[in-house]
Amino acid sequence: MKKLKPTTRSNIFTYGALLIIFTVVYILNNGGVISNNISGLLIPICAYVCMSISLNLTVGILGELSLGHAGFMSVGAFSGVIAASALRNVTDNGTLQLIAAIAIGAVFAAIAGAIVGVPVLRLNGDYLAIVTLAFGEIIKNLLNNFYIGVDNSGLHFSMKDTASLNMDKGTVIVNGPMGAVGIPKVSTLIVGFILILICYAATANITNSRTGRAIKAIRDNRIAVESVGISVAKYKLMTFVTSAAMAGMAGALYALNYTTITPKKFDFNTSILILVFVVLGGIGNVRGGMIAATVLVVLPELLRAVKDYRMLMYAVVLILVMIFTNNRKARGLIIDPAKKLFGKLIPKRGKGGDANG
Amino acid sequence: MAKNETKMVPFPSRAIVPERDLGKTPVLECIHLGIEFGGLKAVDDFNLIVGATEIAGLIGPNGAGKTTVFNLLTKVYQPTHGTMLVQGRETNGLSTTQVNRIGVARTFQNIRLFNSQTVEENVMIGLHNHLKGGLFSDMFRLPTYFKSEKKAHERALELLDFFDMADMANYKAGSLPYGAQRRLEIVRALATDPCILLLDEPAAGMNPSETEDLMNNIRKIRDELKIAVMLIEHDMKLVMGICEGICVMNYGKVIAKGTPSEIQSNPAVIEAYLGSHNDSKEEK
Repeated sequence: MKKLKPTTRSNIFTYGALLIIFTVVYILNNGGVISNNISGLLIPICAYVCMSISLNLTVGILGELSLGHAGFMSVGAFSGVIAASALRNVTDNGTLQLIAAIAIGAVFAAIAGAIVGVPVLRLNGDYLAIVTLAFGEIIKNLLNNFYIGVDNSGLHFSMKDTASLNMDKGTVIVNGPMGAVGIPKVSTLIVGFILILICYAATANITNSRTGRAIKAIRDNRIAVESVGISVAKYKLMTFVTSAAMAGMAGALYALNYTTITPKKFDFNTSILILVFVVLGGIGNVRGGMIAATVLVVLPELLRAVKDYRMLMYAVVLILVMIFTNNRKARGLIIDPAKKLFGKLIPKRGKGGDANG
Repeated sequence: MAKNETKMVPFPSRAIVPERDLGKTPVLECIHLGIEFGGLKAVDDFNLIVGATEIAGLIGPNGAGKTTVFNLLTKVYQPTHGTMLVQGRETNGLSTTQVNRIGVARTFQNIRLFNSQTVEENVMIGLHNHLKGGLFSDMFRLPTYFKSEKKAHERALELLDFFDMADMANYKAGSLPYGAQRRLEIVRALATDPCILLLDEPAAGMNPSETEDLMNNIRKIRDELKIAVMLIEHDMKLVMGICEGICVMNYGKVIAKGTPSEIQSNPAVIEAYLGSHNDSKEEK
């Protein structure tokens, strides 16, 4: 048999690990072993893991900074909620509603990504960070003023109040600053897990392909990329829109896990939280970002035991992780014994090595 | 050195080209090309014809504007005056990307490789426009993806083999020794299938034996791939050894053009490099 490429091997390892983790969590959850607090976090974890993958595509692989990723999440969340609510009249099947919501969320977030990306990604420099930061705020404030309802004649929209929707016995879906109300709670763990798999597979596949090589090359050296005839703006936009679409899918999954959701949920702090996942997991290291997302969503819940000192402990843990991942001596304490144990399973990073020898 | 010399003949218009290229469209034709930064004329009235398979040299003292000429030819800067033709095609208004697609490839004075990727991947990036596929076929691993990956792998190894680098294919580009990094940049440029290759100081930092190899490689590029090469270089042994036509610049202007032996005995060139008799008197 032909020897597998190191990247293929590490991908198979990741898919396997994901499947095992999911099966264990699913069984434990159904068996009632997991506490209610954590059990309620499982779908948000799925959503945040997708967000972490999505942002890693922009920050880690493309090398552009996005400070408003929660904005795309909220576009996906609200368009997904509207789609799911509108579909309630058509079908009772929750999973179908969820899938439609995720698809619509992806489409609208991708459109938002294109609107932000087309003018900004032609420029070189940190303009994307500035514009996405503004975009996140703009979307939040826009959604604060949206009133959307549905009745038998279709969707109604207003930016004034619910009364001006002129509905005939319909239901209000989005109620301004109150956010989306009466959301069908249709998110399931299985769909969430499949979404993680799709996002991870898409990212891993892109990374090791013609498109991915071009994207990584832009990160490495923009001038050289132009000199070999690759359009930098095109590939930047392509990556950013893909990333926004993934954020939109995660947003739809996240929103349909609650009965109400406010635009305030997707503010600057959420954007930074997602960026923290990526930075803590290692910029460009998709798997690391996934682990960081899981840990950082669960951590505040686990720290409830220490009550008032919860956020203090959270900060201490963050600092410890940074020390242990960046300090060679400190890392040796943990990583080296782990490598001895799992050395054969975990593929080596940085294949090849020094050609001088 | 004289034994290397190709017979140079006048081209119908102004310049001279190697005899074998006489009937063919010149690969590069610069007509009154120039650029001004504010009031400073960095390159002024640059006229040059490079034959279809000529090895041309561009020399001059530091700051003469040689790299600026390369940046004009690759459209990193848009010229403020004049125009240039690539294989007889007008290039006004094209971008760096587009001008590469019509056949101008280059290397850089300070090496610009994609250091986080392997040697093979670097060449594959050069092949980008010759491979089929898009975001969706890559994301969902459609048959196009596998076909194009296979083609990329084969073609990349073929090109690397041409420069005896096939055994380094899986090393990270950043970990290669200096000379190999320079060679890899040339391979990457060749992967775009150019009609003219611009080399910006290819021998900088090389030892004499590496320079010797480089000269052989440049000849090999011309003889086997049938493309023109234009190079900027300070190593006169290399320039006089392989260039057929040489263009000398100083202060943004062309001060001499001709064959290696003509250039060596040209008083204007000697003055530009060594200073005139009067200059040296004043300095002392």
